[in-house]
Amino acid sequence: MTTTHKFLTMFEAIGLFVAVVGVILTLASRFSGRKGDRIVAAAFLLPTVALISVGLLYPGLKTIYQSFYNAAGNAYVGFDNYSTIFSDPDQRTVLRNTVMWVLITPFVATAIGLLYAILVDKARVEALAKALIFLPMAISFVGASIIWKFVYDFRPDQPGIKQTGLLNEIIVKLGGSPHQFLIDSPLNNIFLILVMIWIQAGFAMTVLSASIKAIPEDIVEAARLDGVRAWAMFRYVTVPSIRPALIVVLTTIGIGTLKVFDIVRTMTGGNFDTSVVANEFYSQSFRAGNQGLGAALAVLLFVLVVPIVAYNVRQLRSSEGR
Amino acid sequence: MTFGIHRRGGFPALAALAVVALAATACGGSSGGSTNNAGGGTSASPVAGCEDFAQYGNLKGKTVTVYTGIVTPEDQLLKDTWAPFEKCTGATIKGEFDKSFEAQILVRAKAGNLPDIGIVPQPGLLKALIATGKAVPADQATIDAVDKNFAPSWKDLGSADGKFYAPPQNANIKSFVWYSPKEFTSKGYTIPKTLDELKALSDKIAATGKKPWCAGISSGEATGWPVTDWMEDWMLRLYGADEYDKWVNHSIAFNSEEPTAALDAVGAYLKNSKYVNGGLGDVKSIASTTFQDAGTPILKGQCSMHRQASFYAANWPKTAKVAPDGDIFAFYLPGVKAEDKPVLGGGEFMLGFRDAPEVHAFQAYVSSTTWANLSEQGGGGRCVTPNKNADPAKAASCSDIDKLSISILQDPKAVFRFDGSDAMPSAVGTNSFWKQATAWITGQSTKDTVDKIEASWPK
Repeated sequence: MTTTHKFLTMFEAIGLFVAVVGVILTLASRFSGRKGDRIVAAAFLLPTVALISVGLLYPGLKTIYQSFYNAAGNAYVGFDNYSTIFSDPDQRTVLRNTVMWVLITPFVATAIGLLYAILVDKARVEALAKALIFLPMAISFVGASIIWKFVYDFRPDQPGIKQTGLLNEIIVKLGGSPHQFLIDSPLNNIFLILVMIWIQAGFAMTVLSASIKAIPEDIVEAARLDGVRAWAMFRYVTVPSIRPALIVVLTTIGIGTLKVFDIVRTMTGGNFDTSVVANEFYSQSFRAGNQGLGAALAVLLFVLVVPIVAYNVRQLRSSEGR
Repeated sequence: MTFGIHRRGGFPALAALAVVALAATACGGSSGGSTNNAGGGTSASPVAGCEDFAQYGNLKGKTVTVYTGIVTPEDQLLKDTWAPFEKCTGATIKGEFDKSFEAQILVRAKAGNLPDIGIVPQPGLLKALIATGKAVPADQATIDAVDKNFAPSWKDLGSADGKFYAPPQNANIKSFVWYSPKEFTSKGYTIPKTLDELKALSDKIAATGKKPWCAGISSGEATGWPVTDWMEDWMLRLYGADEYDKWVNHSIAFNSEEPTAALDAVGAYLKNSKYVNGGLGDVKSIASTTFQDAGTPILKGQCSMHRQASFYAANWPKTAKVAPDGDIFAFYLPGVKAEDKPVLGGGEFMLGFRDAPEVHAFQAYVSSTTWANLSEQGGGGRCVTPNKNADPAKAASCSDIDKLSISILQDPKAVFRFDGSDAMPSAVGTNSFWKQATAWITGQSTKDTVDKIEASWPK
């Protein structure tokens, strides 16, 4: 396919899109009245529904279907793949790690973000301080992983050998002996999680800071007049006022953490007992050639994300309802 | 059939000149190949240097897309071997060089977005790709070229279900131990001729307080693969080629007696804190050291030996002289007895996915001695081919280690076996074997390791 050919195809596709939308609009405009409104709504919804069906619903159902089949995808095995996930010792380590990630990352990242937002609020160097912590957000997960791999780098404690990793250099300078951060399980998971927190804390800080600034001044002043101290102000004024934002931040980071893949793949490749569901799904599907187990892991990931999304939606509704 | 390789002696010397000349004189239509198919080859093409290409016909305007995991700087060497084919037949060979070939090719097979030819570096992946039903068997011209130029074991590796698919391209040897010739000379060490001598030498060096070996298995998501090479080398040496084949084909279980003993024999080196890990740390540091960095302590005098394939030659700094009398060189990892010559190696296969004359012609070309000589002549990482008719004299610009590899591959006593993990099903060969070998290095017992790999073998 030549470049001109590719461009022609692109213009054809755009032309087709315009034509389809044009037809739908023309048809829709012919109807009026109450019944007409419904037809118009249906006409506008139809393309979206069709595309979601093809791009999301069908692959989703197909994945669920595949998760009940064997590695090659040609024999029905019932719930075998699911029982493997919960019985195989290696898969259970994967689950344990995912639980660690989900329990630690959102709360720690949000806590750090919140603390930081309050500390720098109205400080003189607020913009600079905020930029500093927000910067990691701009770095891709893979880039961040490579940076941190160097931070954790290990060289032995032998004469004539210099540490190349930042952390080990500090440890050695303080008189300690270098540590294999990425190898000793389960602590190595924490060092991976730290990378995610480093990235996400900036996001939490930005959203929460904006929301703190939106707290009506009169509430704060009223609280002050009542003689509220810093902690009580935080506990009874700030946190309740920014509760919706807090939940959005927590759930967003939570969903992102469940899907974490890049950090694990780049830093340990899932070795040393650090694999998580998303990474294991990739390895099983595309490296081990085990479609069934891969699909089952994908379904499990979906099932785990659903409650968080549902909670998020409910919160959104109730806050709109107020 | 002759395939027009008449002028073997003078051809490659001429080729380089001819290629330059051809670029200016545009030979495309004039090569007159279209009337001159596989059977012919006697009527010479009017354009100098293109005689060997007449059999492939006139392929002007045709394009063959090639997808490979071979990346810079070797991609250029590969393109150089394609250039004469492009010039003489008029076809365009479009290369796509992508490090993650091995993972992506299966994804692309599923998505129906396949190249015309994939250069597959593993027999296991090759089998998986053929099993998708999207691969195209080789045509008769390619089969004839392969029969003529390669040992039958190479043809078997490229076949499935009695049909031949993929001709071999380049090969490499893994049974090497890198060492410092300078150190060996000054300390009076001799190159071991048997496995017992290797052990004795390791003990001798360890007794001086130096760690004799250094090793590293970190390699992104492929972490662990160097251990699989160690185990294969020992399996092949301790129990012979037949037992090795049974192990690879799963006729014997992965956790049966022989493989377990072979892994333990490797453990006597890699998990022996007296032997490892010179300049890199303790046994566990093997897991965190990248395979690229693992041999470098030899140059700093921190360890003496590093078992790694021939391609490792590229990892030494430019300042180090890689030669039998230089700073660094490799010796052949010996067998149990001095007369045993088991060789573990790897290679690449050209698997076609489109049934078209230009695709078949290109496969036949890579199977030819013309191509093998060009590849040898190009030097660098593309020197070694398993083509038994390749002219060793063409390898003049190749490194000493590649010349050693070529001589080992052409030794009639050599028993060549393919990298076993590459031939195992991908659930084992590119997943559990790597993973469990890594866990083994960081402390898992040999029994647990072989049991877990056996459990992961697809039923």
